[in-house]
Amino acid sequence: MENTNNVAAVKSKPQGNSKNTAAHIRLIIEKILVYVFLMLNVFICLFFFYILIVNSTMSKDELQGVFTGIPSTHFFDNLKSALNTADVDLPQATWNSFLVAALSAIVTTYFSALSAYAIHTYRFKGRKFIAGFILAIMMIPSQVSSLGFLKLCNQMGATNQLWVLIIPGVAAPAVYFYMLQYLQATLPLDLVEASRIDGSSEFRTFNRIVLPIMKPALAVQGIFSFVGSWNNLYMPALLLTDDDKKTLPVILANLSSKAHSQADAGQVWMTILIAIVPIVVVFLILSKQIIKGVTSGSVKG
Amino acid sequence: MVHVATAQQPKKKKISYAKWGYIFLIPFFVVYLIFTLYPQLLTIGYSFTETYYDLDPIAGSHWEGPRFIGIENYITLFTPDANGEIRILKYLGNTMIMWVICALPQFIVSLLLAVIFTSNRLKIKGQPFFKTVFYMPNVIMASAFGLLFFELFGSVGPINKMLISMGWLKESYDFLGHEVSVRTLIGLLNYIMWFGNTTLVLMAGIQGIDDSVFESARIDGAGAFRTFFTITMPLLKPIFLYVFITSMIGGLQMFDVPQILTNGQGTPNKTSFTLVMYLNQMLGVKNYGISGAISVTLFFFTAILSIFVFKGITKDNKN
Repeated sequence: MENTNNVAAVKSKPQGNSKNTAAHIRLIIEKILVYVFLMLNVFICLFFFYILIVNSTMSKDELQGVFTGIPSTHFFDNLKSALNTADVDLPQATWNSFLVAALSAIVTTYFSALSAYAIHTYRFKGRKFIAGFILAIMMIPSQVSSLGFLKLCNQMGATNQLWVLIIPGVAAPAVYFYMLQYLQATLPLDLVEASRIDGSSEFRTFNRIVLPIMKPALAVQGIFSFVGSWNNLYMPALLLTDDDKKTLPVILANLSSKAHSQADAGQVWMTILIAIVPIVVVFLILSKQIIKGVTSGSVKG
Repeated sequence: MVHVATAQQPKKKKISYAKWGYIFLIPFFVVYLIFTLYPQLLTIGYSFTETYYDLDPIAGSHWEGPRFIGIENYITLFTPDANGEIRILKYLGNTMIMWVICALPQFIVSLLLAVIFTSNRLKIKGQPFFKTVFYMPNVIMASAFGLLFFELFGSVGPINKMLISMGWLKESYDFLGHEVSVRTLIGLLNYIMWFGNTTLVLMAGIQGIDDSVFESARIDGAGAFRTFFTITMPLLKPIFLYVFITSMIGGLQMFDVPQILTNGQGTPNKTSFTLVMYLNQMLGVKNYGISGAISVTLFFFTAILSIFVFKGITKDNKN
């Protein structure tokens, strides 16, 4: 779209300066409009977080008063009351969330890479069928199996156990698909062959040769898996009923029903802040890789 | 390589590595069978039974069923209730309306942003900053976001106070008590969470288009809008289709935001109640028969809409 205007500008050059300046002015005006548009979207993204941060520094009474938009001094009071409140064990929930998210990320990326490696490297009977099958099951929404999953956990006596939220990550078709694409682009089969000549076992070849090559893909999918798990509300809310097993989103959901019946607002603001700050920090550190990951995965998918 | 290897080590010639393909796929399929396929079959099975937890105050709480009742659950789902409403279709409608409120502006803005960021002429500076800011809401917990909006737009929340102090409102407006405002808030929140992601995907799509195509459009003297509608959009169609369908499937599964924002009630009057909230509610009261039927119906809605959209767009492409 823009290239054409560029030509118009170039073409106008020999016809005299006035047209050239006109095109130049037009470009400047367009640029101003574009930056205004960009800043508007920046505002939409950041405005609510600004209020969140401001309000987390306010005492209960200040929150009742007029909204000023200026931070107050009660940040640590709110932090203390959020962490020490009797009915919500926030440190425990944070730890549970971290445990589930970190282990999910490891399990999901490792086994998806292994499955993709199996399809990519070996020529076995039914390979094409299996590859097609995994693609086909990718589109089925996970909520469709939630009733059966709940029932299964009941049968196994595994409700209120965090591992049932981690192990299913072994079979993650979408992550597998990403890994397969990555392998096809980066892993020459000669390398596997060379490793065999060196006397390496197949399993060792995967762990020592292939996994290091896949590091960028593992990192990207690891981050996405961590974030997805950290933020997941639906299944954990159905499975985790014991207070000491709840994850952060479940705590927030409980807090929301409390908030609907007027809870300590300062504490609610602080809890929201605690739930999102770790992810935002991780995101800001890794944003370059994450953004790269979004674009690379989608073009292929 | 293979050739050299067999020449040097003739003993290894007979080794077939094919079995390792199966061995390495074992974890995937074992977990898939136990934690995905079996639950799916169980769900379908329950949808044909009457199974629920009876909170009988006289006989005591106990499980009823499972008793096979054929397609009765499905009939119940699609039978109008006392108000003459077919609930599941109403909730499907709610879900789709809130998805459109989020998706329509999202697609337009994201397309615009993608074109702006990839423009050779505008040469936008600070792209890493913009991309980081636009994508950031996507990594934030939807439930935290929902609770944040609940606090923000409450009748004593900061937004009401701000609007009153600016003189735009005389008294506080009950954002969470009106159909239009609740749906708009849910749509807005989903928009904030997803437009950055969509922008990045569409950008990658535009960057994947061969520059020479734009070059020839330039030589032919096509205008900016014409280039966009005759070159960029048609070539972007596969990516746009991908974005559209994934967004729609995601929209159909909308849960966290309306659940938290309305405390699972879909206020006012169930007008922001989504399909998955319905499923969640039925699972909560342990009516497994109806839950199963809702799950299967949800699956069919997803499949039918996806096929419909896919066919519609690809057909359009041929003409």
